[in-house]
Amino acid sequence: MFRLEPRASAPLAWQLATPVLAVLATMITGGILFAALGFDPVASIRTIFWDPLFGPAASYSRPQLLVKAGPLILIASGLALGFRAGIWNIGAEGQYIIGAICGAAVALAAYPTEAFWIFPAMILAGALGGCAWGMIPAMLRNWFGASEILVSLMLVYVAQKVAAWMAFGPMKNPEGFNFPGSRNLQQYPAASNPEIIANTGLHWGVIAAGIALVVTWFVMSRHVLGFHIRTAGAAPRAARFAGVRPQRLVALCLGVSGALAGVAGLFEVAGPAGQITESFGSGYGFTAIIVAFLGRLHPLGILFAGLLMALTYIGGELAQMMLQLPAATVQVFQGMLLFFLLGFDILTRYRIRRRA
Amino acid sequence: MIDPIAVFILLLGAATPILFAALGELVTERAGVLNLGVEGMMIGGALAGFAAAHATGSPALGFAAAAIAGVVLSMIFAALTQFLLSNQVATGLALTLFGLGLTAMFGKPYEGVKAPTMMAGPLGLNPMIWLGLLMVPAVWWGLNRSRPGLILRAVGENHDAAHALGYPVRAVRIAAIAFGGAMAGMGGAYISIATVLQWTEGMTAGAGWIALAIVVFAQWNPWGVLAGAWLFGGVTVLQLRLQAAGVAVPVQLLTMAPYLATIIVLVLISARQKYGRSGGGSAPGSLGKPFHALR
Repeated sequence: MFRLEPRASAPLAWQLATPVLAVLATMITGGILFAALGFDPVASIRTIFWDPLFGPAASYSRPQLLVKAGPLILIASGLALGFRAGIWNIGAEGQYIIGAICGAAVALAAYPTEAFWIFPAMILAGALGGCAWGMIPAMLRNWFGASEILVSLMLVYVAQKVAAWMAFGPMKNPEGFNFPGSRNLQQYPAASNPEIIANTGLHWGVIAAGIALVVTWFVMSRHVLGFHIRTAGAAPRAARFAGVRPQRLVALCLGVSGALAGVAGLFEVAGPAGQITESFGSGYGFTAIIVAFLGRLHPLGILFAGLLMALTYIGGELAQMMLQLPAATVQVFQGMLLFFLLGFDILTRYRIRRRA
Repeated sequence: MIDPIAVFILLLGAATPILFAALGELVTERAGVLNLGVEGMMIGGALAGFAAAHATGSPALGFAAAAIAGVVLSMIFAALTQFLLSNQVATGLALTLFGLGLTAMFGKPYEGVKAPTMMAGPLGLNPMIWLGLLMVPAVWWGLNRSRPGLILRAVGENHDAAHALGYPVRAVRIAAIAFGGAMAGMGGAYISIATVLQWTEGMTAGAGWIALAIVVFAQWNPWGVLAGAWLFGGVTVLQLRLQAAGVAVPVQLLTMAPYLATIIVLVLISARQKYGRSGGGSAPGSLGKPFHALR
């Protein structure tokens, strides 16, 4: 049979090849799944991965690419910092929701004032809100040793309840005919986050995502902080000798990734979503985890992974419309993709040798 | 007035899904494997159990199907972590995302369908509640008094030493993962077949994550799991009672209670362990570490 031989270092070629292999394997398995469900596999895969970009309705769906990729990349670039250091923030969804609520709160408090400072203040509030929500698991881990995985995840459910409470209670639109949900910020110019160039999908959140990628690239590869993060992840004991203070790293990684998720939520509520509703959290925080892994925790990889995930969102909606494919197809695809990615990763870490 | 016996029966029911899932995860973790996919296996069991119970009219067959679904899902995790040596945290997370997606996809036809009547048992408690309660001493005895349990704990505490003694580390772990899957599946099915009586997307609503927290709270001891599950059940029942009594607190804030309670007990127990005043058990030595036999 075969045996595994650990590699001293992961070859670049395999590091680049495994995400591509994982995507291909997902497409093939997805096709088999569609065939089993009685759909044409080739047409289904083409509708999800090709038609949003080059199909007949591409002029409508192409701008959506940036709209969906923006928050994913913004959140994933923050998560990647922590994942590198072995700090597992899996509650980005909660930080995203709380950031949106805090940002929207500023806008709703200022309504209907028209002033230049409102939007920047909202961004700040979104970042602080998300950061604070991320600092809860960080502090509970630092002070009491509580698992940041479980605490951050629990706080997602709490955040969802807060959003529901806001939509039905304090933030309910007074002119909304008693329907749940806040005022629509798209109709409040000083607080809205519109498309900057028409029909591109480009809004401030996309620009923020670009900035986040550049800054995290700089930090990870050129700054001593990046060295600390990488060392802490690879060899925690060695990291202490190198002067890394683990508690500060936990606070930093959860705080920064929380702030980025919060900002992503703010841009979403002020732009594409428009208002706080009970179901405001749409799963970006969880999908961003897949984006971070698919992008191999590297900013450039996250860029491509974010765009690809955005593509599956749009393609999934398209396939739902055109082929009546189930709405949850995209979720299944995302789960499978992560499985394949983790499975193929063995090729980067081990040599497969025939047993002598 | 609130009848204490009626409340206790409600509490037992609310605690049962968590009790099953947490006992299963406890065994998995005692073998040194951290499976964060409990939520995914629970939701898989919730749908498979509901579908089978609906098709056959028999809740018992529903629970059997749920256990099988849980095992099947857990085997994806086992294949990735035991043979392909993938990161257990990320793989468990993937299992949860996959399970939630898969059930959302296949669950559509079952929305709005009613579950068959749950079988009755002694003292007005259904057989699954009894089975859950019996599993506590059974798991305790199995882990602490039986030979396979001793081997399982050895594998979990130090997989290199267990391997050197000739124990099949990988096989033991796969068996423990399968047990965890079957228990999580049945726990999930309890929610759909016995509690909510219908199928809705994402209906486990974090129960799997709460089960994971309760294993930590229990300090890897089955009796502690029982205490944790009852505590959680108590908070859930109390919260529902307060809702029914029309307390002047928004419903959305009351429904936060189980999640907040989970965080609080997690913090309390972690603090006790960290500051060293606990006589209880600690995490298995090899928990979450991949095992690769070089010889």
